[in-house]
Amino acid sequence: MLARRAPISLVAASVVTAMVFAIPFGYLVVRNLSADAALLSAVASRQTLDPLIRTLWLAISVSLTATLIGTLLAWITMRTDLPGRTFWRIACPLPLVLPSFVAGAAMLAAYAPGGLLEQLLSPFGVSGLPRIDGYPGAFMVLTSITYPYVYLPVAARLASLPPSLEEAARLLGHRPIPTFRRVVWPQLLPASRAGGLLTFLYVVSDFGVVQLMGFQTLTTRIFTTRLVDTSLSFALGLVLAIVALVIVMSERLASRDVAIAAGEPARRPVVIPLGRWRPAALLALIGSVGIGLIAPVIVLSWWAYRGLVNEAAGFASTEGMTALIEPTWNTVSVSVAAAVVSVALVLPVAFLTARYRSPFAGPLNAVVVAGFALPGLVIALSMVFMALRVPALSALYQTLPLLLLAYVIHFGAQAYRSAQVGVGAVDERLGEAARTLGAGRLRRLWRVELPLMLPPLAAGGGLVMLSTMKELPATLLAAPLGFDTLATRIWTANEGGFLADAGMASLVLIAVSALLTWLLVIRRADHLR
Amino acid sequence: MRPKFHMQYPLRTIIHTASMFTVLTAAALFIACGERDDETLTIYSGRSEDLIAPLLDRFAEETDTKVQVRYADSVELALLIREEGEQSPTDVFISQSPGPIAFLAELRLLRALSEDVLDLAPHSDGRQWVAITGRQRVLVYNRDQIAADDLPASIFELTEPQWEGRIGFAPSNGSFQDFVTLFRMDHGDDMALDWLQGLVANGAQTYGNNNAIVQAVARSEIDAGLVNHYYNERLKVENPNTPSANHRFADGDPGAVMIATAASALSSGDQELAEQFIRFLLEAESQRYFAEETLEYPLAAGVKPAAGIEAPATIDFGTFDALGGGLERTLELIREAGLDI
Repeated sequence: MLARRAPISLVAASVVTAMVFAIPFGYLVVRNLSADAALLSAVASRQTLDPLIRTLWLAISVSLTATLIGTLLAWITMRTDLPGRTFWRIACPLPLVLPSFVAGAAMLAAYAPGGLLEQLLSPFGVSGLPRIDGYPGAFMVLTSITYPYVYLPVAARLASLPPSLEEAARLLGHRPIPTFRRVVWPQLLPASRAGGLLTFLYVVSDFGVVQLMGFQTLTTRIFTTRLVDTSLSFALGLVLAIVALVIVMSERLASRDVAIAAGEPARRPVVIPLGRWRPAALLALIGSVGIGLIAPVIVLSWWAYRGLVNEAAGFASTEGMTALIEPTWNTVSVSVAAAVVSVALVLPVAFLTARYRSPFAGPLNAVVVAGFALPGLVIALSMVFMALRVPALSALYQTLPLLLLAYVIHFGAQAYRSAQVGVGAVDERLGEAARTLGAGRLRRLWRVELPLMLPPLAAGGGLVMLSTMKELPATLLAAPLGFDTLATRIWTANEGGFLADAGMASLVLIAVSALLTWLLVIRRADHLR
Repeated sequence: MRPKFHMQYPLRTIIHTASMFTVLTAAALFIACGERDDETLTIYSGRSEDLIAPLLDRFAEETDTKVQVRYADSVELALLIREEGEQSPTDVFISQSPGPIAFLAELRLLRALSEDVLDLAPHSDGRQWVAITGRQRVLVYNRDQIAADDLPASIFELTEPQWEGRIGFAPSNGSFQDFVTLFRMDHGDDMALDWLQGLVANGAQTYGNNNAIVQAVARSEIDAGLVNHYYNERLKVENPNTPSANHRFADGDPGAVMIATAASALSSGDQELAEQFIRFLLEAESQRYFAEETLEYPLAAGVKPAAGIEAPATIDFGTFDALGGGLERTLELIREAGLDI
């Protein structure tokens, strides 16, 4: 399949895109150019190695678990006769939208000793729940907010997977679980592996959760040294970047092509009766969505409620809810724009790496994907660095286009991996047929291929959108002065201990993201029906 | 059941999305192209918006100046200013602790403040910053778990057996580190290390930040914790029924130090406007705002702390300039004590 040489225009477009994505890596290299021997030995010390090993252990365990949960939930919500599927399809991606510090704080309030859960269970004699901290705490919180990285691409793949495969298997007498294992799972593998890699990279980049749980990773080392030993901090940033590039490249090498069934607009989706598995399936959904979304929502609502009934606590420096209107609009506009620009920008690279054999494919793939593993602070500072040194860009300093660029560079990987899955699942014979009928290349892309790729593209765009909605470091440091988003409102309220404000803004964020996910992602996929 | 038409839907949705995007981008660019006029005060604030915005509005109104603010973590703002260098659009940098300011002073990005500003409140010997408010280090404790009579007068008691496993602290937190820096400046590195090791050996629990400790004490997850006084005062406003309360260590105890939030002027900015604003922050009315609304310790114009906030006999900030340069050694000590940060 990967035999043909890529058209030169596609290679050129991809290289330009990759150069944009290379900015933060270039920044880290420049900041390390003066590194001396003492610095190198500091980087090679145990104080770097131990956190690195802990980072990898956390990232591997979280991404494997999230892959399992995300894939299972996608299959249940897309393929079975589970009651309330539309609700679950909207709810499942939502834990992703909570900024990690607020998800962490809300889950502590829910599950830690003396928290909500213990109070609920105390009439039954349950007490003395364990403290939530360290590795188990970080694992739990990160898994429950990252499984949507797997869920969305896999659900999108299921939406365009030809039902004939599953029907054939069932006609041959396979029960649901063997059908899933032998027929469906291999077809989902590229999508769930793409999501698993994104989860891995997210965990590597995360600071909010590991800091709250006191689990020291490479990223927390970068943060503790950033002021007292800035050059060591930048050196550790470069180490992290190299680790991410190596991981992404090896993932690509390890993934040899499986025979992918071409996507096709399904007539009527397969609906598998769950039968006696129904309670178990429902429990899996309630458990996953409950831990990551419902319990935090209850805690956030409680905080907000206290603010509404207690005038002194509520919405202190704001005029109540009206103060959230502008941040909400800002959040919606930048996140949708970031999603659309990301999808458009990564599409050429996705075509190049998924369809053609090219010596550029490996490095391009790595640069586009690995940026997701960098801490947001590095992305933000690299934007500042570039804007102030390239004269043509200095007019853009602290403007929205530059902020959008930061979002696209940081989160483009999410759109890209989904787009790759989408390109891989388009039957090339369709394009050939269109060409025989005299359609030009762009017309074929527009009329034949893009419509078929819409579910994965919408899923990838949806991931970018949800990630942008909660983004903090770049928004705080690189946004135009006075530009507030819901995430910055939540952050500022949380910093000052304004729990009612933080709770209310978080609830608005969840509600808005639910609406957008339904409008732009779920309905897009359903249109193919 | 309509295979012939299925492609029309996606195409229409693509056009929808594309046109929506165009409108949004146009709107975004429109917002972005707001012009900057000359009488604009630009502030990078490590104090969060809820703890200063009303003052900024009043300053803008009273002086007919346009005020623009970037709110973010103090340390990250310092890194941003370092990256901006002489091109920084900022006039004033407000930091939650003196450390990030000292970092910028070392890079020679700050302007020495005039004597008449420095005279208004406690300030650094190097003239780079002046303190705006104070935050007292305290022991937050759960009233249901600890009787008032049993509260320790000194942090040295916390390494004794009766406190085994009952104390929380946040070794990775900036204000805890500032406290350790002042501790070792006044009592020497050895004594500070002894105390840290004693605390760890006594089974003290580590947390991510002040808020997490106060919440854990309120839940009875632990009995007491070392924090800034502000966080429990805030929690009492959010939840008047909280069982948590602040306890001040005896005057002169290393645990009773005050951490300053401070303001400084950037060398790339407008000095006159910057100093006008800093003087405004130290006026009686502004200091009363900090006392009554943000529940901190006022430091200028003779303003008293809010009712219910216990004031020390004298406000002592310890060795000011140490809080910048001494941080590296403090982190080493914390690691030597076996704490992973």
